[in-house]
Amino acid sequence: MSTPTSGQRRRQFLLLLPLLLFFGLFVAAPLLLLAGVSLHDDAAMTQRGLGQYLKFFGDGFNRAILLETLRLAAGAVALSILIGYPVAYLYTLLPRRWQPLLMFAILMPLLTSAVVRTFSWVVILGREGLVNQIVAALGLSEAPLRLLYTPGAVVVAVAQIEMPMMVLPLISCLAAIDPQLRDASLTLGAGRWHTFRRVILPLSVPGLLAGSLLVFAASASAFVTQTLIGGGRMIFMPFYIYQQAIQAQDYPFAGAIAVVLLASVLAVVTAVNYLGRMSKGFVHG
Amino acid sequence: MADISSPVVVRPRPARRPSRPWDRWSFNAALGVSAALGVLLLVLPTAIVLVTSFTSGYSLRFPPPGYSTRWYEALFLDSPEIVDAFLLSLKLALWASVLSTLLATAAALALARNRALWARLLDSAFMSPLMLPSLALGLGMLMLFNLMGQGLSFGTLLAGHVALCAPYVLRTASASYAQLDPVLLDCSHSLGASPWFTFRRVELPALAPGIATGAFIAFMASLDNVAISLFLSDARSEVLPIRLWHIIEDSLDVRAAAASGTLVIATVVLMLLMERLTGLSRHMK
Repeated sequence: MSTPTSGQRRRQFLLLLPLLLFFGLFVAAPLLLLAGVSLHDDAAMTQRGLGQYLKFFGDGFNRAILLETLRLAAGAVALSILIGYPVAYLYTLLPRRWQPLLMFAILMPLLTSAVVRTFSWVVILGREGLVNQIVAALGLSEAPLRLLYTPGAVVVAVAQIEMPMMVLPLISCLAAIDPQLRDASLTLGAGRWHTFRRVILPLSVPGLLAGSLLVFAASASAFVTQTLIGGGRMIFMPFYIYQQAIQAQDYPFAGAIAVVLLASVLAVVTAVNYLGRMSKGFVHG
Repeated sequence: MADISSPVVVRPRPARRPSRPWDRWSFNAALGVSAALGVLLLVLPTAIVLVTSFTSGYSLRFPPPGYSTRWYEALFLDSPEIVDAFLLSLKLALWASVLSTLLATAAALALARNRALWARLLDSAFMSPLMLPSLALGLGMLMLFNLMGQGLSFGTLLAGHVALCAPYVLRTASASYAQLDPVLLDCSHSLGASPWFTFRRVELPALAPGIATGAFIAFMASLDNVAISLFLSDARSEVLPIRLWHIIEDSLDVRAAAASGTLVIATVVLMLLMERLTGLSRHMK
């Protein structure tokens, strides 16, 4: 493209200005303010210092909440790959006229409210829910199983709810793989399992990483699912922020928790992005 | 010595695939079963909520003891607080999607084809609310409004939702713009059209499906949001997802199932409509 003229530059600037102002005022400024407020030692915000962070990391209870949140997000990523990968791969192998139907099945949960999708897990895992009905019908257990409010239930529900965000990037990555590569591998005598492991899987790594990123970030802050499936006993970082800010009115501490969560998610995202750049080199090289 | 006049028949070696039917069979079976399981897991929870919402009983039993529309009647006729929350959420989502579409489309026009470093950085910054824990953003905005002496109102809630919604429109609009052939713009320009005319008659028609898809996703995202609304709505106004969150957390009222069923049906109808109008699924990949 030729270098933009001054008229085009001005047009570009004017088009950009509204979102830039909005973003500066309502996204950048609040995040800076959040960091600023967290750097106060007392709730009344008279004393500056790192006290809130020392308090957070000095207490094993808080560290456990952070670890549980990151573990939940990592577990949800693993599970969503396990369940989502076959769905994405099936999509690319389906005949063209069946693809829209599967795409609809993938998009519908994504666009349905997260509260509704969480609620469906409450119905499935509840005392009279689907799982307990099956368990009772098979005579596996006398009393209904207590499935809600367990760590396993939270991971499964979060993974299922965020799964479309794994499947969509995987589909665009898998669909971009030249089908001749697969044919070549099969013609040259490699079996289907071998072809999948040595050709398809390595080429889909960028899609896997992109999906993992989205699912990790979303799972770490899946407030509704965490609170409703986890119940009152299991506390994750998002609820902890809410509790300290709204119920305890301790803004500096709530701010510090939010900054810790932000920094943890950003650190993971940056690391995965770095891996992604390396894997792209691997694919082309 | 072989007779060189006789034609040499090169027989292709038989392909090795047919000799390994087990490999092919087991791979296809494994993929088929795991993908079917994945699709079932995507769709089943939503279907279960839908079926449960038509129960004639008093509890969230699945399968229901009988079917009726009583909980829908209870929802729409005797639950003004849920209906009010629903109307507020609709109004909020409409405003948020309109405003974010205006802001993000303008920015997309300036950013989409710009390879400069500042443009790429700005683009990632604008996309960041999708990756950041939205509770952190909500808390930061609450602190900002407190600092400005600005009481919470519909306006503060709307600001938060626009910040959350703008990235969706920015992504789909930019993707559509990247597919627009730049030659068309040059043609329009060299034939003497003004930038505004080019925008109206060339760019906008090409971008419209992408923008509409983004606006639709933004609308659904706003309708679904809990994390931002939790901090930014005033005491009198409660949005639907938060209302439902409280109901599910406190009482497991079956009206929550009817409200969920309503949302599921509305989502499916809107999706089919958008697929017809804009080819929704093409823009989501």
